[in-house]
Amino acid sequence: MTTDDVVLVDRSREGGPGTSSRVPPRGTPATWARRGGLTALVFGLPILVIFGIFSWWPIVSAVVMSFQKTNLTDAPIWVGWDNFAAIFADPLLPKVIRNTAWFALLALVFGYPVPLVGAVLMSELRRRKGLYSVLAYLPVVVPPVVAVLLWKFFYDPRPQGVFNTILGWVGLGPYSWLNDQAMAMPSLVLEATWAAAGGTVIIYLAALITVPPELYDAAEVDGASVWRKVWHVTMPHLRGVLLITLILQIIGTAQVFLEPFLFTNGGPNHATLTVMLWVYQLAFTSIGNHFGEATALSLLLALFLAVMSLAYFHLTRSWSDS
Amino acid sequence: MTTIDTRTAMQGTEALAVEATTGPRRPRRRGNEAVDRGALSSADWHRSTVKHTWRTMHFLLLVLLVVWCLGPLLLLGKFAFTPTQDIQSAPLAFFPNGATWHNVEQAWNRYHIGQFFMNTVWVAVGSWFMQILVATTGGFVLSVLRPRWAKVLNWAVLTTLFVPAVVLLVPLYKIVVDPPVGASLVNNFFAVWLPAGASAFNVVLVARFFAGLPREIFEAARMDGAGPFRLFWNIVLPMSRPIIGVVSVFAVIASWKDFLWPFLVLKDQSVMPLSVYLQSMANVDKGTLMAALAISTLIPIVMFLVFQRMFLSGAGLGGAVKG
Repeated sequence: MTTDDVVLVDRSREGGPGTSSRVPPRGTPATWARRGGLTALVFGLPILVIFGIFSWWPIVSAVVMSFQKTNLTDAPIWVGWDNFAAIFADPLLPKVIRNTAWFALLALVFGYPVPLVGAVLMSELRRRKGLYSVLAYLPVVVPPVVAVLLWKFFYDPRPQGVFNTILGWVGLGPYSWLNDQAMAMPSLVLEATWAAAGGTVIIYLAALITVPPELYDAAEVDGASVWRKVWHVTMPHLRGVLLITLILQIIGTAQVFLEPFLFTNGGPNHATLTVMLWVYQLAFTSIGNHFGEATALSLLLALFLAVMSLAYFHLTRSWSDS
Repeated sequence: MTTIDTRTAMQGTEALAVEATTGPRRPRRRGNEAVDRGALSSADWHRSTVKHTWRTMHFLLLVLLVVWCLGPLLLLGKFAFTPTQDIQSAPLAFFPNGATWHNVEQAWNRYHIGQFFMNTVWVAVGSWFMQILVATTGGFVLSVLRPRWAKVLNWAVLTTLFVPAVVLLVPLYKIVVDPPVGASLVNNFFAVWLPAGASAFNVVLVARFFAGLPREIFEAARMDGAGPFRLFWNIVLPMSRPIIGVVSVFAVIASWKDFLWPFLVLKDQSVMPLSVYLQSMANVDKGTLMAALAISTLIPIVMFLVFQRMFLSGAGLGGAVKG
């Protein structure tokens, strides 16, 4: 039994049973089982079953459902491209796309440069780096629902609201925050940035540790000033991480749900209705049971994100080649 | 002169060359900081303009972090003990009419925060177990046993990394409402536990770690008569504590944060986790709500402070793997 196992290892490392002379190639199911095929299958069972039912099948099913009219219980009806047509004909679509893009753009403006500056500053700390990291990461561990409900109270539109009180000290406001069509989206993004920035800081910090000290030494030999070292040594080294976090952040914010759902539920006047929230509303609310349209919309979003990511990686690779 | 000698000789001479122009260095606090140096050299720190600029910036950063990151949480803590009247009329005043336990009592006794907290714990424990089970056994197949179909499996798992979660929402719901075997899983913890296991990110993390383990040890164990199950349980798992720790932290945080999926499938109060329940409390008395929010924040924050090294290295690793 033991020697068989060892032979099996040789087989799997050298590719194919045909290469082994001690065991006949491709035997009966019994030899397959004895040589470890069954063991591998037993160990593979959890991943095959769980991924099969809860990942691979739903992906296939999403494509199928987008061409069906279904209420999940009765037999579905094939409707061809009707679901996609309905999405494209819906007057909400341009608004939803604009809102989602606006959220993503604001999230970049608020949440991309600040963690970078913070992380570079923190990486130069010689003491209490841990304290800074803990403080920066603290909002990330707050449950998102708690953060949103707390900030919703901060955005109280009355003059006694938390933010209106603070801004009142310097003679600003009161603002109506979430009730204002123009201010609602930036308000959501501000909270989302508060909740997420700490994670980005920690990722940058981890990348900053990997800058080889020799590079700084060399720059110093060449007489580089502190700012030139940060600009010409630190920043280029972070480039890879920065490019990745950029695209990951866009992919993440394009699917934002919690903030628009809990803060405003898409209002006022659809000013914060995002793609993901619309998917949810189409499928699961009173306007709902449009499961087919919801999956069609989610597939369109996924397709857009895939094309955008491919283009992005293609573009950034050609940059680094030049 | 030569206080930093953890570097190689070559770097040492460079350091000496710099020192020659900028004067001697003082010994640093810890030996490893010499290796982990940032853009600022010790010499830079001795120049007064540099020192004052960076000290000021560091101080400002600390103030910013305290106000921006800690401030809202301190306010939340204060609200938990402030009468609703005062929260509404003067939220920033420091206990104008004294503190009260009333909010916390209401949240705990009338709104049963503790019960929903336990539901969240159940969701987290089950999801954690499923994720560890799938990731370790899957990683074992992909990186140690390596049957012929491992390549296809690896490809199939990696592909799911590129499918955004939004696509799965409706089809997953359909499967949970009408599963291939048995009755609807709505209001059953399994509706959250089972899909949680299908995390390609975990499988990739664990499989990569397993692939990095020395294969000589596996061979030696086999020579000594250990079958694949002993190999898995007595050799691979004990050697993989670090990565299992990281996956565990990710799993617990993720299930603590999850909202939309439990909101859809755990609707009954007997199984509803805390995050879903809090959302339904949005319109109760402000003081009670704030106390409930504070209680739900306390546990993750305490966990974070206790295991901060694990959290922070896990967060950094997340970036490293993604990058």
